[in-house]
This record gives sequence, structure tokens and C-alpha cells, in this order.
Amino acid sequence: MIDAGHIYAGTLETWATILTVAATAVAGDVLTAGAMRRIGDLDLIRAKSGLGGAIRAVISSPMFLLGVLSMAVSFFSLLFTLSNVELSLAAPASASLTFMGNAFAAKIFLKENVNRRRWLAALFVCAGVFLLSK
Amino acid sequence: MKHTLSPRRYLILLAVMLTASVGDTLLSHGMTQVGPVTMARLGMLLVALRNPWVITGILCLLGFFASYLTALSWADLTFVLPATAFGYVVVAFLAKYWQHETITVYRWAGILLIVCGVGFVANGPSLTEHKPQHATDDSAREGGAAGTGGTQ
Repeated sequence: MIDAGHIYAGTLETWATILTVAATAVAGDVLTAGAMRRIGDLDLIRAKSGLGGAIRAVISSPMFLLGVLSMAVSFFSLLFTLSNVELSLAAPASASLTFMGNAFAAKIFLKENVNRRRWLAALFVCAGVFLLSK
Repeated sequence: MKHTLSPRRYLILLAVMLTASVGDTLLSHGMTQVGPVTMARLGMLLVALRNPWVITGILCLLGFFASYLTALSWADLTFVLPATAFGYVVVAFLAKYWQHETITVYRWAGILLIVCGVGFVANGPSLTEHKPQHATDDSAREGGAAGTGGTQ
């Protein structure tokens, strides 16, 4: 017999894990993007200092390392989610939330010019990802 | 100044979208073989790291990460991310023509929306202009520091 309490708890846990994946992914994306902005164009650094120099420039940035830590948490949260929630729900839901979260976070923290064109892109991609799961 | 991308940089964006979608697909396949991971059996996550599909997926995602970081060093986050979404379209086409899966009307509509979304940002500038500040000094200093011992 199906218990309504268990269904509610299951749904709550499902969305909590999906939200965790999205929130940590947004933190990781914004931190790494901020770090890459501070470091500068990797193509130029590689041309000047070689691949080793470019790698050194990246991994010596504390902001980048913090971003990687957030991404690692997001990755293990995704593995955890995928083992409990159907891929057709988990992947598009977390991806859509991440897209919208990133648009807000990029505007607030990275001061990116998120103009109407980029908001529309985020919304279209968000809706498109959801439709793909149908 | 309008930032536009060279063909080489579009190739890097292509690598970002392909490696991400293929890596996710491989991870998903691997995790279905590993089985459910619960709070009581979190050690299963380490077991998952020995699955060949998960390992190949992780290698693909490492390739994704390298190309993603390169793209972020010359383009905005809100420019790069919609481009990565184009990988979903690639997966849908692979599913139809390689795995012979049926693509529903909803999915075609989703593909159309993503293509439109990517088109919106692809035609715009790739990087927000910021007034010169400490960031420029930081990048010059870090690039210079890297250059002292980084020629390999």
C-alpha cells in the first residue's frame, strides 16, 4: 500500500538533491568564471608561458580551487541523485535550475551584462531542456 | 568594442558542448550498472569510480573542463553556458540516428527552443567590457609569474 507521507518525503528528498546539485553547480561556475576573468586569456598565457605556465596560473588561484571544490560537491550530488531519481527528471531539472541560477549569479557577482538577449537565451534553453525530458 | 570569436574559438565551444553531453551519457550508463546509492551506502560512490563507463565519462568531463576553462578565459559565463546546452541537441540526434530512438514532438520543440536560445547569444558580444581595474594587473602579474617557470 502506498503511504502518502512516504511519497511526500520522497518528493521532498528528490527536489532537495536536485536543488543541491544546481546550487553547488552555480557556485562552482561563478567561482571558476571569476577566477578565469582574473587570470586572463589562457590562449595568451599559453602562447607566452607554455601549457605548464597556463596550468600553473589556473591552479594557483584560490578562487578557482574553491570553484572546483563546489563542482566536486555538485558532481557527487549528481551521482547520488542519478542513483535515486530518473535521469529524465534529474538531468533537465538540475540543468534548467543551473542555467537560470547562473544568469542571476553572473549579473550579481560577475557584473556581466546580462541583457535581454541573454535572459531570453536562458529562458529558451531552460524551457527547451524541460521539453526534452517529455 | 564588440567581441567576436575566431573559428578556433568556435571549435573550443564545440568541444565544450560535445564532451559534456557524451560524458554525462557515459556517467548515466555507468551509474545504472553500479546501482542505487543511498545515504546508508555512500561508499558505493567510491565503487562507482571503478566502473569503466564512469571512468570514461570522467575522462570526457575532464576534456570538457579544460575546454570550458579556456572558453571562460575569453568569454562571459552567460555566453558560454547556452552554448553548452547545444550538447542536448547533439544527444537527441545521436539517440535518433544511432540508437534509433523515437523523438517526440515535445523533444523536437525542445530542440528548437535550445537552438533559438543559442542563436540569441551567438549573435551577440562574447565578453562584457569592464573598466580597467585591478583585474588587469592581477592577470599580468599571474601570467608573468607563470612565465618564470612554465615553459615546457
